[in-house]
Amino acid sequence: MADIDIRAVRKNYGKTPALHGVDLFFASGEFVVILGPSGCGKSTLLRMIAGLEDITGGEIAIDGRVVNRLEPRERGCAMVFQNYALYPHMSVANNIGYALKVSGVPKAERERRIAETAKIVGLQDYLARRPAALSGGQRQRVAMARAIIREPKVFLFDEPLSNLDAKLRISMRAEIRKLHQRLSATSVFVTHDQVEAMTLADRLVVMNRGYVEQVGRPLEIYHRPASTFVASFIGAPAMNLVRTRVEVESASIRFGGATVAIDPAFAARQRGQDVTFGIRPEHCRLSATAEEGVQARVDFVEELGVGRVAYCEVEGEPFAITLDDHTVVTAGDMLSLLLPSEHLHFFDTDTGRRIEMDAPVPDAAPAAAHHSVQTMGVLS
Amino acid sequence: MIQRTPIADAVTYAIMVLGFILLIGPFLVIIAGASQTMQQVNAIPFSFLPENQFLANATQAWQRADLGTAMTNSLIMAVLVTAGKVALSSLTAFAIVFFRSPLKHLFFWSVFITLMLPLEVRVVPTYAVAADLLQPVKFILSLFGGIQIGVDWNLLNSYTGLTLPLIATATGTFLYRQFFMTLPDELAEAARMDGSGPVRFFFDMLLPLSRTNMLALTTIMFVYGWNQYLWPLLMVTDPSYKTVMMSLRSLLPADNGTPDWNVTLAGSLLIMLPPLVVVGVLQRWFVRGLVATDK
Repeated sequence: MADIDIRAVRKNYGKTPALHGVDLFFASGEFVVILGPSGCGKSTLLRMIAGLEDITGGEIAIDGRVVNRLEPRERGCAMVFQNYALYPHMSVANNIGYALKVSGVPKAERERRIAETAKIVGLQDYLARRPAALSGGQRQRVAMARAIIREPKVFLFDEPLSNLDAKLRISMRAEIRKLHQRLSATSVFVTHDQVEAMTLADRLVVMNRGYVEQVGRPLEIYHRPASTFVASFIGAPAMNLVRTRVEVESASIRFGGATVAIDPAFAARQRGQDVTFGIRPEHCRLSATAEEGVQARVDFVEELGVGRVAYCEVEGEPFAITLDDHTVVTAGDMLSLLLPSEHLHFFDTDTGRRIEMDAPVPDAAPAAAHHSVQTMGVLS
Repeated sequence: MIQRTPIADAVTYAIMVLGFILLIGPFLVIIAGASQTMQQVNAIPFSFLPENQFLANATQAWQRADLGTAMTNSLIMAVLVTAGKVALSSLTAFAIVFFRSPLKHLFFWSVFITLMLPLEVRVVPTYAVAADLLQPVKFILSLFGGIQIGVDWNLLNSYTGLTLPLIATATGTFLYRQFFMTLPDELAEAARMDGSGPVRFFFDMLLPLSRTNMLALTTIMFVYGWNQYLWPLLMVTDPSYKTVMMSLRSLLPADNGTPDWNVTLAGSLLIMLPPLVVVGVLQRWFVRGLVATDK
């Protein structure tokens, strides 16, 4: 059990910056997921916590101890790698027990703990096998067992599920979650898969291009994305984002031949400026009458089984909506959509940051996002 | 080949058989000649049929060339050269691949360039150093201080002298480097996370994983060490340090001596056997180590 304090951490590869000063605090026992597209610096950050990458600037403290200059083995972290990185020439038992062997644990004790750990991950019947004779899911378990046996203060997961097939990924996801509840060590999990991130995280860190975009509980991030990047990255299909102008007098925005009413106080604050508004496909509704509502022409339809996604075009802009089982549409149909004002999100068109409806316009949004991290505390 | 062309098949087979005869021919001569009497071996035309004189010829060759001592010396030399080369090249490649050092590429390329320089090219300076190890020191001392020292320390007529100058190997280093580079970075990282330092990583991970590589190298280097002729010829004057290749020379009939080629051939057959055994035992791994990495 340990907290992780990341203070103004920067990373440069040569002259190219990969992380531009990241401030994060992970509470003890928390399950934190770092989410972002490839190249956003999420794996770099994880590897810096592990001690596999040098820290260019700033400090990382684990359990109150600054670890910048410590070797990986002195940091008390265990890591699960994307391609598992099992030792191919060793049996499963030796793979799991290697860390204990290195630290000089006597053989009898080692074997007892290997057996215990193998039982946790359900590998007790495979201890004599080589990694090559295991399936993907079993290899994944060996990698986890290798981390568990060290009883680390911190678990680090570097996209551990991305090499598994879709079905196995879902069951391993549940197992990782259960394991966390059982061991309750601080866990940091890096992924580019938003479903993994939403389902696993106590707290979610969304990163983009070496910056932290937003930190928060998964649902909070889903309902109140702090920027257009987060809005379009979380949720499938992605949130519709449209640039438009706020009409102060009528307290509305015009879109697709319709007038969408918005909060008058908010409209007054915007003073007729351009904003980007967003609405999630699942929050759009079909209008009962053809006259009112946003006029959308269906381009194509994706059937999902539980419902369908209609990809439409409104005033030349792409606009997706999700429909339930009973609503059948085909390409070429004209739909009229209602956009409930309580589900509208507004973003500054220039900076991409969120504009709060019920609060004064925030001036420096990125700093505010970082600040909220410190006050979040443990979520359970 | 996917095509079915009988003529092309016949031609390729003919070329293959021709190549095979060219390769196996000398061995047939040795095997046949080594088991014939002196009259039979000198008869014209030469008979390729083996006779029953092999044991007599072999015994004579063994005694005349003192093959017992020579075989022992050659075996010691080949084993030491092989072991030294394998150990040194794996460590060199380990340093080149797994450590970040500023002059890493310079080191690698300087090793790599020596691939092009066989022993024969550097044999004179190497001999000069081996014959007087302190020579460079003496030179510097006399240059700057005018001091002359009379201590002589050389490697002539010793196993050290036979093996040490042959141990540095670019081929082996290169082979190991290529293998180490195929290992995923995560392997080293996982070992680091598990608390293993570089030395432990080398012995626990790299050595077992490079087993096939090591055996392939062993095969090549044993044959290389066994076949050394020029270097032992220079280093050794004492008959008790003679190697088999030097003995083979003494088995050749003198210009106006008895043309007992049967004894010469029996001796060379005996000398050929140890590397044949090594290759035969290790060839399975030899091929695997050169063409694939078994991971």
